[in-house]
Amino acid sequence: MPSSGLCRSLALITASGLGGCSGGLFDPAGPVSSAERTILYNSLGIMLAIIVPTIIATLGVAWWFRASNKRAHHMPDWQYSGRIEMIVWSIPAMTILLLGGIDWIGSHQLDPYKPIVNQGKALRIQVVSLDWKWLFILPDQGIASVNKVVVPTGIPLSFRLTASGVMNSFLVPQLGSQIALMPRMETQLHLRADRPGSYRGYSTNFSGDGYAGMAFTIDAVPAGRFDQAVTAIRGRGPDLDAAGYAELAKPSEAVPAYTYGAVSPGLFDRIVAPEAPAAGPIPAQRANTPEED
Amino acid sequence: MLGKLSWSAVPINEPIDMIASCLMILAIVGILIGITVKGHWPYLWREWLTSVDHKRIGVMYCLLAMVMLLRGFTDAIMMRAQQAFAVGGAQGYLPAEHYDQVFSAHGTIMIFFVAMPFIVGLMNFAVPLQLGVRDVAFPTLNSISLWLAASGALLVNISLVIGNFARTGWFAYPPLSELRFSPDVGVDYYLWALQISGVGTLLGGVNLVTTILKLRAPGMSYMRMPMFCWTALASNLLIVAAFPVLTAAFAMLLLDRYLGFHFFTVGHGGNMMMYVNLFWVWGHPEVYILILPPFGVFSEVTATFSGKPLFGYRSMVAATLAICVLSFMVWLHHFFTMGAGANVNAVFGIVSMVIAVPTGVKIFNWLFTMYGGRVRFAVPILWTIGFMITFAIGGATGVLLAIPPVDFIVHDTVFLIAHFHNVIIAGVLFGAFAGYNYWFPKAFGFTLDEGWGKAAFWCWLIGFYLAFMPLYWLGLEGMPRRMQHYQEVGWQPWLMVAGAGAVVILAGIACQIIQLAVSIRTRDRRRDTTGDPWNGRTLEWATPSPPPMWNFAELPQVEGEDAFWQMKQLARDGKLRAAVPPAYRAIEMPKNSPTGFITAFFAVVTGFALIWHIWWMAGLGLLGAFATTLVFAWRDVAEAEIPAEVVAQFYEAHPVETLR
Repeated sequence: MPSSGLCRSLALITASGLGGCSGGLFDPAGPVSSAERTILYNSLGIMLAIIVPTIIATLGVAWWFRASNKRAHHMPDWQYSGRIEMIVWSIPAMTILLLGGIDWIGSHQLDPYKPIVNQGKALRIQVVSLDWKWLFILPDQGIASVNKVVVPTGIPLSFRLTASGVMNSFLVPQLGSQIALMPRMETQLHLRADRPGSYRGYSTNFSGDGYAGMAFTIDAVPAGRFDQAVTAIRGRGPDLDAAGYAELAKPSEAVPAYTYGAVSPGLFDRIVAPEAPAAGPIPAQRANTPEED
Repeated sequence: MLGKLSWSAVPINEPIDMIASCLMILAIVGILIGITVKGHWPYLWREWLTSVDHKRIGVMYCLLAMVMLLRGFTDAIMMRAQQAFAVGGAQGYLPAEHYDQVFSAHGTIMIFFVAMPFIVGLMNFAVPLQLGVRDVAFPTLNSISLWLAASGALLVNISLVIGNFARTGWFAYPPLSELRFSPDVGVDYYLWALQISGVGTLLGGVNLVTTILKLRAPGMSYMRMPMFCWTALASNLLIVAAFPVLTAAFAMLLLDRYLGFHFFTVGHGGNMMMYVNLFWVWGHPEVYILILPPFGVFSEVTATFSGKPLFGYRSMVAATLAICVLSFMVWLHHFFTMGAGANVNAVFGIVSMVIAVPTGVKIFNWLFTMYGGRVRFAVPILWTIGFMITFAIGGATGVLLAIPPVDFIVHDTVFLIAHFHNVIIAGVLFGAFAGYNYWFPKAFGFTLDEGWGKAAFWCWLIGFYLAFMPLYWLGLEGMPRRMQHYQEVGWQPWLMVAGAGAVVILAGIACQIIQLAVSIRTRDRRRDTTGDPWNGRTLEWATPSPPPMWNFAELPQVEGEDAFWQMKQLARDGKLRAAVPPAYRAIEMPKNSPTGFITAFFAVVTGFALIWHIWWMAGLGLLGAFATTLVFAWRDVAEAEIPAEVVAQFYEAHPVETLR
């Protein structure tokens, strides 16, 4: 496989340069990031097969045909060759044909909206980006947390995401695909963590002065420990209701992680569509959207 | 009376801002005093500021680009310094609200006020000469375009001293750029500066398209045009098609910000995705607007310095036009991560990749142009070879980004930063520098110093690799772009290397400044008396250096591709018509006009007034600009006649071998 050799050489470069790599795509922890890494390596391999010879040929031709080289064959009027033209058009065309296939298949296999089908029911996670922190709601567990979320390993994670005010983008490099978060709109993402670990996540879409501090952590733990963690969180700490959310939505920076012991049902849907008639009593305050703009 | 403007707009409490502002003001005042003391004003006004000569306008565009490159690069090195040290708990020396302005200004300046004026300047200078004509189609409009571009640049620099610049990134996505999240004047500076310069760019595009389509020397059919003219045509067609979209998108954002509209707001039916789409419907053609003319420069340079015609001319034309058309069909690849669905993503991804085919063809054709030639390693071809190698890498990472599943993991990380600097520095900027070294002797009549030019090239090339290869790596490790500080200590060594790269590029810029100074000082030794210092192939080398205002006393008769080369061949074989003593005729040339300069002055006044909500001043500014245009429209005499004796005298002083 071309990717394993490349992987080794990349690892070697890292090892010699920095004494070990610090993660990201080089240390995938789930099926999505692994698949994406494979596509990256394969595509890069295909292109290097064209580019490296081209670079060498460029340097070689330029040097061999230097003005001072009397041995070089001089063809001062040569400007057309149908055969070369055909090769020149077909090499990149065939490369792109090949990569286009990877593109098409990859886009469908790794569509962020496509659920990961495997053992176990997916864990539903709702994510809201705020100025400048992350809110994670686990609706089935009835708990929520800020800037850190605990998830079980080996179980598909099914995210629904939105933003409170400005746009952000949700990326956990070791788990794979990122997706944008936009106010009043919902996006979806499916990931899975296959081994326990603490995975850093970031916003990659600039969202204002507190953006650089908008990192978060996904703690993947074995399923048993996940249940313990949920039990430990549930019922402790503050409740997250509409008022609590309005408070949270106020801009703040570098917020330490904390948890909510309970969450009002349907909060996420009201954040996405505050103008839609809610089931039950309509909250008096449209928490996330001061309407002054 | 003064709208939102008050003394609090001057950043007295921010030392870095203040020092930068003072230095800038001192430099400007110093230059102005110098000009006054030496009494250069009448000359400057007569020969440059009011000039409608396409060559002078081209030179001034390039000068604007170079000055703004210094400003944009200052921003760059500030960012690299910040990121080299703001790790762990450290916050670096730039607070977030300042750092955010720095990267926003860097992007805006480099794209709109460095890359754009540089390539527009080269096109302005070289295209009419290559076509064998005397000027562009609308000379005064050309001057207006230039000065509107300069107005935009001036407004961006005023934001350094009065108020602040945008803190939204160079593409100012709403809702962050809406009033609710960016209530200060930063975004207004951004919008008005770009609206004003955008009008200039659009007018310039109309001008060059018309010139290329309608004004060509007799016999210069489309398929005989030099490659640079083809790429200029494609680029300007894209300007005409794409810039109105940007203007419209900005106009809607301005309506949101000024009049309470809801095009892109949160709620009230606003949809920010509309802006994102419109911005990139302009934004992707924009990168081809920038890269196509440099492709033309590389074509000219490769052919000239290999002493061979361009290989596969027809293929190159086809590739240029293919890129021109395809560039409008790929904009969505800037936001694969917004959940458009697999089919949409895949289609836009594949179309994006398809652009790599004509681009690849071009690289191969330059390669075969050198094949069988006698390559002279002058400065322009060093930039060209550096480009071919580096751009191949940038193209490959571009194709990677066109694969949605790969993009999902590196989108808006520093991998993306590395990619587009890879194509814009190694493509656009290297091309601009190649063109600068190539056409400088034509513009000023003396060549640039080779030694310092080569030193500049090597510094830029090495500096580029040092500065951006680490970012590819960091992007794969997941480092987002635009981080004012970060926690991951493992990233710091790479960012220090990147910072060192920026310092090496700084050395390259220093070499370029020295190159210019040394060349000017020793200009008498490096005069180009032949008009053809490189043994060129196209018509700009058929006229003396610097060319007279009228370019050609008689429009050349074009018999084939590489028109000047053919003439030289015929002359060498003694087949050129025996040179009868030329009978010079009087030449009509457009008169200089202060319209552009004055209109632009009023544009700055209007822009500044709108930014600060000084409505009366905005009204006066608009009125002034309108009145200036009216005065121009009612002029009695548009052209001045250059008598035959003056023309004859010029050619006696500047004999040129083959044709006049």
